[in-house]
Amino acid sequence: MIKLFKVKEKQRENAGNADGRAPVKKQSAGELRLHRDISELNLPKTCSISFPNGKDDLMNFEVTVRPDEGYYLGGTFIFSFQVSPVYPHEPPKVKCKTKVYHPNIDLEGNVCLNILREDWKPVLNINTIIYGLFHLFTQPNHEDPLNHDAAAVLRDNPKLFESNVRRAMAGGYVGQTLFTRCM
Amino acid sequence: MAEAASTPSKSRDLDKLLLRPGNLVDPNFEPGTELRLALQEQVKVLVVGAGGLGCELLKDLALSGFKNLEVIDMDRIEVTNLNRQFLFRLEDVGKPKAEVAAKRVMERVKGVNIVPHFCRIEEKDNEFYSDFHIIALGLDSIEARSYINAVACSFLEYDSDDNPREETATPMVDGGTEGFKGHARVIKPGFTPCFECTIWLFPPQVKFPLCTLAETPRNAPHCIEYAHLIKWNEVHGGKAFDPDNSDHMKWVYDEAVKRAELFGIPGVTYSLTQGVVKNIIPAIASTNAIISAACALETLKIVSGCSKTLSNYLTYNGVEGLHTKVTEFVRDKDCLVCGPGVLVELDTTVTLQKFIDMLEEHPKLLMSKASIRYRGKNLYMQAPPVLEEMTRSNLSLPLYDLMDKVPKDILHATGTINKDNKKSSGLRKLRVVFKGIDGVTDMDMAGGA
Ligand SMILES: [Zn+2]
Repeated sequence: MIKLFKVKEKQRENAGNADGRAPVKKQSAGELRLHRDISELNLPKTCSISFPNGKDDLMNFEVTVRPDEGYYLGGTFIFSFQVSPVYPHEPPKVKCKTKVYHPNIDLEGNVCLNILREDWKPVLNINTIIYGLFHLFTQPNHEDPLNHDAAAVLRDNPKLFESNVRRAMAGGYVGQTLFTRCM
Repeated sequence: MAEAASTPSKSRDLDKLLLRPGNLVDPNFEPGTELRLALQEQVKVLVVGAGGLGCELLKDLALSGFKNLEVIDMDRIEVTNLNRQFLFRLEDVGKPKAEVAAKRVMERVKGVNIVPHFCRIEEKDNEFYSDFHIIALGLDSIEARSYINAVACSFLEYDSDDNPREETATPMVDGGTEGFKGHARVIKPGFTPCFECTIWLFPPQVKFPLCTLAETPRNAPHCIEYAHLIKWNEVHGGKAFDPDNSDHMKWVYDEAVKRAELFGIPGVTYSLTQGVVKNIIPAIASTNAIISAACALETLKIVSGCSKTLSNYLTYNGVEGLHTKVTEFVRDKDCLVCGPGVLVELDTTVTLQKFIDMLEEHPKLLMSKASIRYRGKNLYMQAPPVLEEMTRSNLSLPLYDLMDKVPKDILHATGTINKDNKKSSGLRKLRVVFKGIDGVTDMDMAGGA
């Protein structure tokens, strides 16, 4: 028989917060790995991070990208990150909170970035994703469209694409869609 | 014994295992009726999950002589469960699985007492889980396994030489099935790899590129994921999709059907929709039965010592013919969940800054630029600047105060490890003990993550 019975009483006492403190908050392994990712962040000057729920909730944060070149120069784009307790086994869920005219980001904020879905690997980290997001703005890609119209314009008429992006960032209409000013 | 002779029926087969000595038994095995009685009267087993595997586990454990069982599950019974979750009937649809499963097994197996818990596993505190001698898992999610694993490992204690104290380990038996494949494993925290040591065994979920879903769907799962990930947000805006809400699931199914018709793709069904959205491969009743039987047997062996236990991971594959294999995985020495961590003894006056400096000198750590996290709180973060600023004022405070004057506890440090003139990034578990506090000895030191 396993040595079961002597210790159960004691464990129950320990577990029962006998000293009157608040219940122990469970730390998931994902949270700890994330702690490492965050404490080692090395962001480009164009990107910053903030923690809307305060310094202790690392599982939900926001990343702001301010491109310093390309079509989106001068714009400010905010992404929300939601990290699972089994991170990095699963990639974070990333959404673009700023409505953007972009071939790889749809109007609901879904982002088509390979490392967020099909090419995610546990060796990747938050830093890699942020760099990936940044590159979406310097190199929008018409071959992986989420916003079909924007992708077609980028491919067929880069000049028009450029002026559409400027109009969207200034808070105007592109086709039927009204964008919010983000510059 | 006379009683055994006069009651030939129920425990006859069990008695062959529990009442007779053997060659392949555990060193602590003491055959006899006392053991049988202890098994029945004293041992408390928790079954986590009352789905396909959980139903089997409850029934198997009850028939194996365990009389004190509890079961926890947050789900209600759905029509699609009835083909394999054999404890449930049509009139049970909509009722909590845990409650119906407990009732049905108690009706069928005389003398067994099963306490159901209809709630999420996170709603129960450590005190609840610490009550069980062994935990059997019949789950289909990695998150849930990871959670129970962390709870069970938190009961493990290490001595001052980093040896696990066997009597504090709460063993787990974990089963899992996917279609015709399955696994059964034994986790004894501190002795065999825990779930987190080998999380890589679970293949990551297949995630289709969003642009494929949006532009060029080629099969039924593409249509379903389009409805689930893209169309849902388009129509419902900020409202979160809840996979356990059948109205939500029905909506996704209807949209997937429309999408499939548009592209001339066959094969979208309601159960496939559930499977794709919840990442579940259709369950096969026979696989559940086989895996559960293996788990119940291991539970019996661990508790009684009547035979050597599985060491430590059995895979079963019934896709073509039948193949089983046992693999002995090894522990991750640095596992943050089940490992001992590095023991650090401190005076109560040591400030956080001093502590961080000490980690650089500590021979087992050699960690510079450490960031420190304690019980879900960031005591100090080296980066990013926004968090460094918010935590900087802690540096001058005594660590003892920052840890709420707890005499001994676990904290985590992440930083640069300087070993053999090489720098690498590292995340370490630390067992901090404050010297000179009443009632604390080096000997007992809680483990866990
Ligand atoms: Zn482990």
